Amino acid sequence: MDVFEFLCRMGDNTLVLGSRISEWCGHGPALEEEIALANTALDLIGQTQMWLGLAAEVECRGRTADDLAMLRDVWDFRNLLLVEQPKGDFGQTMMRQYLFDQFHLPYLEALVTSSDSRIAGVAAKAAKEAAYHLERSRMTVIALGDGTKESNNRMQAALDLLWPYAGEMFASDDVDRSLAKAGIAPDPKDLRAQYLEAVGWTMEEATLTIPEGQFCHAGGRTGARHSEHLGHLLSTMQWLQRAYPGATW
Amino acid sequence: MRPSDADIWAWLDQVPDPEIPVISVVDLGIVRDFTWEGDTLQVAVTPTYSGCPATTLIALDIETALRDRGLEDVRIQTRIAPPWTTDWLSEKGRTSLEAYGIAAPQPSGGPDRCPLCKSDEVERISQFGSTPCKAQWRCQSCLEPFDYFKCL
Repeated sequence: MDVFEFLCRMGDNTLVLGSRISEWCGHGPALEEEIALANTALDLIGQTQMWLGLAAEVECRGRTADDLAMLRDVWDFRNLLLVEQPKGDFGQTMMRQYLFDQFHLPYLEALVTSSDSRIAGVAAKAAKEAAYHLERSRMTVIALGDGTKESNNRMQAALDLLWPYAGEMFASDDVDRSLAKAGIAPDPKDLRAQYLEAVGWTMEEATLTIPEGQFCHAGGRTGARHSEHLGHLLSTMQWLQRAYPGATW
Repeated sequence: MRPSDADIWAWLDQVPDPEIPVISVVDLGIVRDFTWEGDTLQVAVTPTYSGCPATTLIALDIETALRDRGLEDVRIQTRIAPPWTTDWLSEKGRTSLEAYGIAAPQPSGGPDRCPLCKSDEVERISQFGSTPCKAQWRCQSCLEPFDYFKCL
């Protein structure tokens, strides 16, 4: 079930990050920022429906995208640790977004040539939206990094906190290798050099310093060890379906 | 007796976009085609943005409009590939958008002029706007903010 595992990784990333950034609804620092975050969340939740819908289809166990989103527990989630980290201040949210977007867009673009036409179709749709997400998160990181002393300090603190989570995106395993061999998905480790270069340029423009050291937190995309934050997020997101099974409106 | 294809297109062209009612779902380019399967009319709809909340409503509006014309058996098929692009907006749709105060998408990535006073002195406020398909811009001549239909 390598393809199912892969689709859960895609869909869980967008679901968890989409849910995380909706936490800013009604709390954005400016109206434009509020709207932009809500729009990004909406795109990501829409992409989740496509990825998890496809996951449910290939699984052939009669589950739906909603079942996968609302009725799995922490250990079944396959999202990166980065996207489940708490929102922090606005700068931390935008740094988390940028570090993800800078990976997401090239990965989706590579998936457009997937040997599985269903995956290629979803990726082509999602890539168009991700291009807007990256453009905005990159500009915001630069504006805040190269802003006032206060905003620069906060962005540097956000980068120091979140950088050790970036490495997990490129920690390939047997699932990635088998999909790469079948031409279904790229091996993420092949996208690492390009990522480091792009982030390097952005941080230079933002007058921020990438921390030294190779340590990276891992365990999210394999499901082996999520951080404690994911359980809290799921308890809020899944509460209604847990308390009132099958509720619809 | 089955209605003609031209009639069906004309009926679909009367279904407004729920968020931007001056353009129809046909102008928007999201109704790709329709086919008959027995007595069932299957209409292929391509969503604009994957999370656009209007998508469900649009499907319902199309079904209702066709039922009102006597087509009992209508099925909406969501088709995501090829992905929707603003190149599919009709000329009529682009003209209606501008008359409504929304600048039409341009390949350059920004509006060519203010939809209100037609000045080309415009600046971007945000890449995102009140619906997923729009961005916020401002005219530096008449000082009015306006929506720009994003290129996708």
